[in-house]
Amino acid sequence: MIPTKTAYTRPESIEEALATLADGARPIAGGMSLIPMMKLRLASPASLVDLSGLAELTGIAMDGSDLVIGAMTRHREVAGSALVRAQAGALADAAAGIGSPAVRNRGTIGGSLAQSDPHGDLPAVLLALGGSVEVRGASGSRTIAAADLAVGFLTTTLAADEMIVAVRLPGGAGRSAYAKFHRRAIDWSIVGAAAVIRGTTTTVALTGMAAVAVRATGFEVIVNAGGSLEEAARHAGDGTRPAEGLDGSAEYKRHLAGVLARRATEAALAR
Amino acid sequence: MRSSIRITVNGVEHDLEVEPRRLLVHALREDLGLTGTHVGCDTSSCGACTVHLDGDAVLSCTMLAVQANGRSITTVEGLATAGGLHPIQTAFHERHALQCGFCTPGMLMAGAALIEGNPEITEAEVRQGLEGNLCRCTGYQNIVDAVLVAARETARA
Ligand SMILES: Cc1cc2nc3c(=O)[nH]c(=O)nc-3n(C[C@H](O)[C@H](O)[C@H](O)COP(=O)(O)OP(=O)(O)OC[C@H]3O[C@@H](n4cnc5c(N)ncnc54)[C@H](O)[C@@H]3O)c2cc1C
Ligand code: FES
Ligand code: FES
Repeated sequence: MIPTKTAYTRPESIEEALATLADGARPIAGGMSLIPMMKLRLASPASLVDLSGLAELTGIAMDGSDLVIGAMTRHREVAGSALVRAQAGALADAAAGIGSPAVRNRGTIGGSLAQSDPHGDLPAVLLALGGSVEVRGASGSRTIAAADLAVGFLTTTLAADEMIVAVRLPGGAGRSAYAKFHRRAIDWSIVGAAAVIRGTTTTVALTGMAAVAVRATGFEVIVNAGGSLEEAARHAGDGTRPAEGLDGSAEYKRHLAGVLARRATEAALAR
Repeated sequence: MRSSIRITVNGVEHDLEVEPRRLLVHALREDLGLTGTHVGCDTSSCGACTVHLDGDAVLSCTMLAVQANGRSITTVEGLATAGGLHPIQTAFHERHALQCGFCTPGMLMAGAALIEGNPEITEAEVRQGLEGNLCRCTGYQNIVDAVLVAARETARA
């Protein structure tokens, strides 16, 4: 399969990249979602701006008590980072479970969040950790909280001339974990759950239960009131209406949400 | 519109004029005649097209040739050195780790990246590490055995 004709640039400064975006180019990061979409003609950008030449967009570091990860940081780096493991265990788990080694060698954290695939693992992780993305555009910089980033199937609140430059996560979430379920080795999650324990509060967000990641409110309320995980698991999918398809019925997915919310919470408790 | 790129493939520098939409695998197979890299699924699902980009396994069907500009690529043709076959090639041969051979270039490249610097890799890690490579013939057992043999062999070399 051959993508439609496109132009391509790989700028070495953010200013140059922003100017290219303002001219209508579409960012390409790892290309692990965009190139398949271009082959299937689900995307036919007239021009691409490759963000891989922007050194400022890579790296993992603490900024005060926040963990800050450059948008172009590859899943492999995130999965293997001791800092990520210590400050945001759920993110390390999720990054390590994405696709195959070859996918993790190219795919990026910023690209995954911008892609906003309902079965992608990182939006739920960002939501449960209470993170945000730092965005730059022709008109300036802004921060978008996890809950305000994804608005629908493959749709975010990013403007066409904006790009994610970094992901910011409140640190101190070593006691967090991600659990996913899929049928075949490299498949995306049918359902996934990110659990984060800070002090006595447990926060859980779910992948695959709606067009965007959602909080498992029913589960959280019971756990945070001192109820059992078993009881909480029965309510993890309360209020959700996941799409029914070849990957399962809504009832099956709500069952998975309970199993995975519990599994992730138990893993986080054990850390 | 074409872009000029310079890529090093198996140690040899090449200057190519490619359309930005040209996939790396097509540049390798059609422009450079290196047909060892196979296209199985063309949808990033099978791993047959795996090559090394600066030493890391990547899917050449899911990468544009322009994205490889300035980088170094190794294909299955570049795995053997003047000193002989790569240990993973010898191990695949000796352990009968292939039948039709279609998946083999990808298995060799994914396997070689997996064992690089990791001679003590476990069987479970090999199975997990090859999860992106499909084989429709062998049932995988001999492939996993061969990768483990090659890993231990690199420790001795
Ligand atoms: C075989 C396979 C299996 C996979 N399995 C999983 C899985 O299990 N779980 C999972 O979560 N993901 C999975 N993925 C997807 C993977 O995580 C991708 O890396 C991710 O979806 C996209 O990231 P990318 O860096 O490749 O972005 P690209 O494909 O380059 O871009 C994706 C989109 O984001 C935009 N974009 C990219 N970077 C930015 C930025 N900095 N600012 C604004 N917009 C940007 C692009 O314009 C495009 O619209 C899989 C992919 C493959 C091929
Ligand atoms: S041909 Fe590239 S993954 Fe199948
Ligand atoms: S040997 Fe035939 S596909 Fe693997």
